[in-house]
Amino acid sequence: MSSFFLAIMGAVSQGVLWSVMALGVYITFRLLDIADLSVDGTFALGGVTTAVLIVKGMNPILALVIATLAGMLAGLVTGLLHTKLGIPAILAGILTMISCYSINLRIAGGASNTPLLKADTVMSFLNDLFPALSKTATSLIIGLILTAAVVAFLYWFFGTEMGSALRATGNNERMIRALGVNTDTMKNIGLVISNGFVALSGGVVAQSQKYADVGMGTGTIVIGLASIVIGEVIFGNRFNFAYVLCSVVMGSVLYRIIIAIVLRFNFFTTGDLKLLTAIIVAFALSVPIIKNKVLQKSAGRKGR
Amino acid sequence: MLKVTGVYKTFNPGTINEKKALNGVDLSLAPGDFVTVIGGNGAGKSTIMNMIAGVYPIDEGQIILDGQDISRLPEYKRAKLLGRVFQDPMMGTAAGMEIQENMALAYRRGKPRGLSWGITKAEKKLFREALRTLDLGLEDRMTSKVGLLSGGQRQALTLLMATLQRPQLLLLDEHTAALDPKTAKKVLDLTEELVSRDNLTTLMVTHNMKDAIHVGNRLIMMHEGRIIYDVSGEEKKNLQVKDLLAKFEQVSGGEFANDRMLLA
Repeated sequence: MSSFFLAIMGAVSQGVLWSVMALGVYITFRLLDIADLSVDGTFALGGVTTAVLIVKGMNPILALVIATLAGMLAGLVTGLLHTKLGIPAILAGILTMISCYSINLRIAGGASNTPLLKADTVMSFLNDLFPALSKTATSLIIGLILTAAVVAFLYWFFGTEMGSALRATGNNERMIRALGVNTDTMKNIGLVISNGFVALSGGVVAQSQKYADVGMGTGTIVIGLASIVIGEVIFGNRFNFAYVLCSVVMGSVLYRIIIAIVLRFNFFTTGDLKLLTAIIVAFALSVPIIKNKVLQKSAGRKGR
Repeated sequence: MLKVTGVYKTFNPGTINEKKALNGVDLSLAPGDFVTVIGGNGAGKSTIMNMIAGVYPIDEGQIILDGQDISRLPEYKRAKLLGRVFQDPMMGTAAGMEIQENMALAYRRGKPRGLSWGITKAEKKLFREALRTLDLGLEDRMTSKVGLLSGGQRQALTLLMATLQRPQLLLLDEHTAALDPKTAKKVLDLTEELVSRDNLTTLMVTHNMKDAIHVGNRLIMMHEGRIIYDVSGEEKKNLQVKDLLAKFEQVSGGEFANDRMLLA
């Protein structure tokens, strides 16, 4: 039982750390209505950049800042490919994602794995201050602080004039252009912020797991979508924007708990996770349509 | 106020779908002119609106608005001067955003959007007053999503939004065509009210010949990308629908009077 409890605790702290990524994906997927696949590349970019900089002796917090900037730059590349060169958003994201793989390998000096075994991390700082805390607890605390800051930022930003214009761009592009907004700029800003947070998330995950891997971003977009749709299905899309953002965080945590429980069954291995995640996303995204069909059927029966 | 000179536009040039949409349009509007635009399908009515608004670039010619050459400006930069209402009621508002948020977006038309709060207390009060004039009860639903409103309500809101910040030119592109007759009348009455209140220079495309005659101080008819008839003042007031139909038949050999026109 206690091992089960530990697994759940670990899942919760992982979920919180990854929720920063999910919040980033939320900006593009829900607010801009773009499925941005660059996040698979920028999550690893954030992780690898952070790890390499820490190994070189940089302060782990500063390393996170640089990783975030790197992610923002990659997001800008996707944005420019899409808005200025007219490449469909999904393809622009794929191009950035693929390029990031090569760039990440370069940053890591050709090594696919960059360990942080003895290096300082944000978590080890906190552990030095409070030695009584477990590894999981420190990750959870760091994650909660970071997530709270990101949620607060997003709540503020999307309430501003610029943030409102960005939301309107995803909502009705022609309308907001007629109201004098350069929608290309708005999409670029959205992609930059989104990928910045995704890279930041990659950076803290790398510090928490004490290594970065060039392959650590594979499936990021699907995990991000899973978090968003689980949050929406469980908590609904109601109340204000802060509630919606928190539901994304809760979705990310629930996703990790689901995975932890699934892995308790000996039948599944970690290799099955991506398939399971894809099934969760496909199921959650199709819930509204299935619901409609069921409602129509029952309405039809009543009619007869 | 508005001066359109020798504007040409061909869509899909050099292909099988080539369409000469505008064939040398010259149009000059005085401040306060309320011009209705009629013409058959493909006459170029909507195209001239889109050219003025900058939705597509023009091939040739010049568009001057309020003393400024806007011929080559991108759409979002012209927005400062223009208020627009589209045929599709879904087009002019953001469905997933609140009524007051939509109004705040429109209130900042053509202004730089920075990091100050997207809607202020004073604006909310202003918007509530403005909504009250619509007499649709929207002033009590300011935090409702626009997607919950009916087509007529959305079109009335779009019209209000277009005039919230006084435009140099108001472009109405068949903005009552998608509404039921009763709602269409209401929106048209509101249009006249707002235009006369702010003395707005207005271009209104319509399929309804009665409206075209009764509304505004000037009427132009388009055919095959040209303005073929331009009438104002007393002469316009005395027009009859049958005069317009005769005019159509004269220029187009009868093909113009399609079902939609006859029903209108």
